[in-house]
Amino acid sequence: MPFFTPGDHPGASFAELLKRVGIDPFQKHLTESSTHVNFPHATTCVALRFADGVVMAGDRRATSGNVISHRSMEKVVSADKFSGVAIAGTAGPAMEMIKLFQLQLEHYEKVEGQLLSLEGKANQLSMMVRGNLPAAMQGLVVVPIFAGYDLQKGYGRLWDYDPTGGRYEEREFVATGSGSVHAGAVIKVGWRTSMSQDAAVRLALKSLWEAADSDSATGGPDTLRGIYPIVASITANGWERIDDSTLSRLVEELIAEHQERNQEV
Amino acid sequence: MSMPFYVAPEQIMKDRADYARKGIARGKALIAIQYSAGIAIVAENPSNTLRKISEIYDRIAFAGVGKYNEFDQLRVSGVRAADLKGYQYSRIDVDARSLANQYAQILGQIFTHEMKPLEVEILVAEVADEASKDQLFHIFYDGTVLDERKFCVLGGDSDAIYSRMKESPLLAHLDTALLADVVQLCRNALSGPDRQLPIEECEIAILNRSGDRRAFTRLDDTEVNALVQG
Repeated sequence: MPFFTPGDHPGASFAELLKRVGIDPFQKHLTESSTHVNFPHATTCVALRFADGVVMAGDRRATSGNVISHRSMEKVVSADKFSGVAIAGTAGPAMEMIKLFQLQLEHYEKVEGQLLSLEGKANQLSMMVRGNLPAAMQGLVVVPIFAGYDLQKGYGRLWDYDPTGGRYEEREFVATGSGSVHAGAVIKVGWRTSMSQDAAVRLALKSLWEAADSDSATGGPDTLRGIYPIVASITANGWERIDDSTLSRLVEELIAEHQERNQEV
Repeated sequence: MSMPFYVAPEQIMKDRADYARKGIARGKALIAIQYSAGIAIVAENPSNTLRKISEIYDRIAFAGVGKYNEFDQLRVSGVRAADLKGYQYSRIDVDARSLANQYAQILGQIFTHEMKPLEVEILVAEVADEASKDQLFHIFYDGTVLDERKFCVLGGDSDAIYSRMKESPLLAHLDTALLADVVQLCRNALSGPDRQLPIEECEIAILNRSGDRRAFTRLDDTEVNALVQG
């Protein structure tokens, strides 16, 4: 059990605690060759605001070059009860970053006895992305998006990051990963202020559908295996994942919509 | 040059134990008890911000009595140890027994080697899937660990509170006891015959057997009042 003297303790920071006990989760000893290896990559994730909070969604595919390395990856996860994080980029460091981020928020909450503010959480993630910069320079880029419900302000907020840890709050939506151009365009066209949750979920699904249609690294809904994108809403009641039966129904409606469109031609 | 007086080790240990016991006896008590849906911890605590009961990990709670700064330091160490272990291995590898042993090591070490023992008694409680596997570790100022069953009492006047608890017929069927009933029992035991402990001065938290990852819940004022009013 680490027992620190007062004035010499790592405070509520889990990352600092790891350093103090001799564990450094961010590898800084990579060789140049690492860029030439095809590590699994995670791709498209989106988040958009609606009337009562935010909706986050991400596809399930991970690719290594032109090979599909994983079909049911979970890139959108809850960071804590009132926030979620979605990650695009090299899967290994991305998953490690998510794990550390979740732990950091819980660690802070337990040590301090209260939740970190949403702004504080976004800032923490920013520091972790910056911590990964040496690896990013060698090709192991991780670019997250962060969204949550701000309990103090009473509305949903979302943030976009760049590989250097730059943090940009957006008012409407954010998209990250290889399919983000396509997904972002769909959301940009369909987004309305104070949308309902149902409309926001449908728009998020549609954006991933279109991204999968145009970007080979983004996976579409896999009805054969029953693998659907991960979609979740975060409101004053906290994180809630939309279940697969609802998603399967929405995907069927989306397919019907497309078939109708094609018949008209 | 003056020579230090010889003091027998027995005397040193006795003095330290008396000192720690006096410090603990000045503080207010707390009780942890099993009930149908998990473990309830009820503490007498006039402060609404300086907590005696808190979360350590998914199914593990911590409670301390005595000197606040000392048990709070132990609490934070426990959170650090648990989070580190969960990070390095897996969440299911974090258990109360191992934490209790580490606490015992620290308290024992300080008791024998430092000028002043810690004036604290702590509880490490873990809720399991079945009531028979719940764990209540009661750790004393000198590092003694007790593995308690059904309930345990920490802090000042604990002997009297213990005997008041022992008399209750509710202890025979805690497996069906409701939260309101065990809270009432603990509150009466903490109050004693001469006073009624105001409900605002009860700090209550539960470890829920529901199977959710984080079993720890602190009851807020409205929930506590609802419990008392039935």
